[in-house]
Amino acid sequence: MRILPLIISSIVTTGLVIALNTTLLLPAPLGKLLSPQHGVWQNAESSQASFSEELKLPQLTGKVQVYLDERLVPHVFAETDKDLYFVQGFLHAKFRLWQMELQTHAAAGRASEIVGKIALKHDREFRRLGMVYAAESSLKEMEKDPQTKLACDAYTEGVNAYIASLTESSLPLEYKLIGYKPEKWSNLKSALFLKNMSENLAGHDNDFEMTNAKNYFSQEDFSKLYPSYQDSLDPIIPKGTIYEKPSIELKVPADADSIYLNKSDLVVTTQEEKPDRNNGSNNWAVSGAKTKSGSPILCNDPHLGLNLPSLWYEMQLHTPQLNVYGATFPGAPSVIIGFNDSCAWGVTNGGRDVRDYYEIKFKDKSKKEYWYDSAWEKTEFRYEAILIKDSATYMDTVAYTVFGPVMYDPSFSGGRASNSRYFSVRWKAHDKSNELKTFMQLNRAHNYADYLSAISNMKTPGQNFVFANKAGDIALRTQGEWPAKWKGQGDFIMPGTDNTYEWQAMIPFEETPFQYNPTRNFVSSANQDPADSSYPYYLGRGYPLYRGIIINRRLQNMNDITPKDMMALQTNNYNVLAEMATPLLLNNINEKGLAVNEKNLLRLLKAWDYNNAPNSRGATVFDVLWKNFSKLVYDDEFKNAPAVILRPYESTLLQGILSDSAYKFLDNISTPEIETMTDIATVAFKNSIQELEKAQMEGSIEWSKFKDTRVNHLTKLEPLSRLHLPIGGGTHSINATKSNNGPSWRMIVSLTSKTEAYGVYPGGQNGNPGSRFYNNFIDHWAAGNYYPLWMMAAGEESSNKVQWKMSFTN
Amino acid sequence: MKFIVSVLVIALLSLAAGLFLPWWTIAVVAFVVTSLIPQNPLRSFLSGFTALFLLWGALSWFISSNNEHLMASKVALILKMGNPIIMIVATALIGALVAGFAALAGSFVRRK
Repeated sequence: MRILPLIISSIVTTGLVIALNTTLLLPAPLGKLLSPQHGVWQNAESSQASFSEELKLPQLTGKVQVYLDERLVPHVFAETDKDLYFVQGFLHAKFRLWQMELQTHAAAGRASEIVGKIALKHDREFRRLGMVYAAESSLKEMEKDPQTKLACDAYTEGVNAYIASLTESSLPLEYKLIGYKPEKWSNLKSALFLKNMSENLAGHDNDFEMTNAKNYFSQEDFSKLYPSYQDSLDPIIPKGTIYEKPSIELKVPADADSIYLNKSDLVVTTQEEKPDRNNGSNNWAVSGAKTKSGSPILCNDPHLGLNLPSLWYEMQLHTPQLNVYGATFPGAPSVIIGFNDSCAWGVTNGGRDVRDYYEIKFKDKSKKEYWYDSAWEKTEFRYEAILIKDSATYMDTVAYTVFGPVMYDPSFSGGRASNSRYFSVRWKAHDKSNELKTFMQLNRAHNYADYLSAISNMKTPGQNFVFANKAGDIALRTQGEWPAKWKGQGDFIMPGTDNTYEWQAMIPFEETPFQYNPTRNFVSSANQDPADSSYPYYLGRGYPLYRGIIINRRLQNMNDITPKDMMALQTNNYNVLAEMATPLLLNNINEKGLAVNEKNLLRLLKAWDYNNAPNSRGATVFDVLWKNFSKLVYDDEFKNAPAVILRPYESTLLQGILSDSAYKFLDNISTPEIETMTDIATVAFKNSIQELEKAQMEGSIEWSKFKDTRVNHLTKLEPLSRLHLPIGGGTHSINATKSNNGPSWRMIVSLTSKTEAYGVYPGGQNGNPGSRFYNNFIDHWAAGNYYPLWMMAAGEESSNKVQWKMSFTN
Repeated sequence: MKFIVSVLVIALLSLAAGLFLPWWTIAVVAFVVTSLIPQNPLRSFLSGFTALFLLWGALSWFISSNNEHLMASKVALILKMGNPIIMIVATALIGALVAGFAALAGSFVRRK
């Protein structure tokens, strides 16, 4: 034996193995990662891969058959609910485990465990918002209901059965790349997933920004810049609807006018960009009187962040008592948007303000006692240990008052609150509720009464639930458990030293605006105001108006409607804001002295048909011009404003200039002259030239290239994302596809005796980036095409649509 | 002859071990095989190197072409390897180096 060479070469080998098995020397454990039998190669799914399998799982009570069709959509046939949801959990995990865990970690403020320090601010924010606290109180409510508990328990068992079957080589790709392993699923995680949706859809407020605006502007300017009702409003429940006298009499605090609605000192000093969260959605249903078949057609397209793997996973769930098809959430049991043999339903976000802040007066820095109703009350504390990858654990202490957690305090401003004061958040999503029951019941609904009973469980996030059934009913309800607010309540930070500013009651279910078989033969919603100003409760402001206007205009004029017509409508790129704004801008742009190319650009706008078509150049000119126009109108007023402030909504500007040719804010207050619409429109156009000419030079003047829609992988890693999609639309079009937000699931259901349904989402059924099913729907979606949705019936097992079969036995 | 046998045995045993054991057992396999089949150090190194270069290269090539290089074309960019071919070669080289050095070490066990 040659000792020295043996030792040296052994050390070299060991060193190599250690270097290649860890991240001590290399940025990635390349040996582990590239081993063909362990690493990422194992995630390279063969294009001939078979998904057929026979599985023996003792947790099951009987047999379950899963038929996977050519798009990898599972059609699950089980004998009992328990087995059904077990297999749903198993399949969600099999195809989407990594995203389920990532999203629930993020919801719980645990993202730092995976990605390290960069997520600490996110984690602190979510812990201070009380996400886990909210999920825990939801879970209690969910587990009180036997049906929900059974579904959640079975679902969790199914997810965990899949996790238990994982080996090093079968781990999802992202776990290997980032270098960690999945933990067990739990019912709390399903609750967290749903709370994450609440945060996404009902976790938006402008209270600090509005408080600053109120303090900065004169009362007259403030009411012009931030009106609560818009003139062109076409609410979800049409104007002229008569509302009963409200059953709740709200007591407006005696000092509201003098203290709350009047000026106070500035709250905010810091500046940080707030994420733009313009989630919107469309849904509508037409009655048989307007369709060719004589049966109702229901349509829905929820607009959300466009991500890979997609938020949605398509499924059919079948037992002897249940047959439902639609989009499911990997992370929770049941179908969320879909249809069964009797009816169909869909949602758009309600968007009312259900998150308010109260300023808390603590006795001292220990935060142990706070002043409330003329006494010092004891604070409760929640201690948050935030584990951080490659760093020491971060300890955060969150005080809870009668209102809720103290989200912002001197240790955490969230980029919007003051660094010297304390603000408790009162968030509707903290209240006890069981939203999952809504979907469990909708999946089994037969008629209008079932629908009402199902959606009465939907408290937060409030949603506009559209409904249609084969009996010919159509309905829409602006559902949610909404706080009854007096006018202005919760628009600004409220005093938290007594109960006078608290939410006094919830609006009773019976007083929720709704429509059931209306004479206009259609119902629709697109996140606009639920009702007009005759509705007796305060509805706040900031609802998007324009998609609703164009949807109603089109539906009004459509007859003999077919599903194909609905596809055209759902993918319609018409920009109704541009239709209203362009003529006025064009009339006022002074063409004298424009250079040749400037005239050419203006000609593009003149020739434009207001369609945000993918190849439209006029749409790009309008977009840039409108942006510059808006800047020019308001920049002078906001020049010295606090950084954390709300800019007026686009609808406010448009209404302003349409209704008043001498709109007050057109004048540039930093110049002695009084500027007119002509001055401002002309300068705005000139200000747009540089950006437009740059786009021309770079070949991105066409709208789809200019807008540059992408579907990001959840890590934002570009190779796993789909970039530069050739798709039109935009914020104010029915096809509300923005750069990274848009129709996340398009569905059309014609409720003929044999249901005819179509759908598509920008993703694919398999979350594995190494699968050909990872993003195979995206091009189809971008082109505005749909897939027929196949509601498989018993006896169709040998249909050529069935590609693979998974057999589960106990 | 010894060389070819060593290469074959290392490759086959590595393949079998990889089904159940961690990836680095290729080092154990190469070490044991070359300590049992004595060759000079260079030949030993080369037999480990060749065995794993061929095994990991062939496996990753086979997997990737069946996958139409979908996974590799994405992950190669993340790992800054440019394209699937580079990623396959890198895979082969990593296996080859580990097995080569382990095989070298193995060759010194019985050498005087």
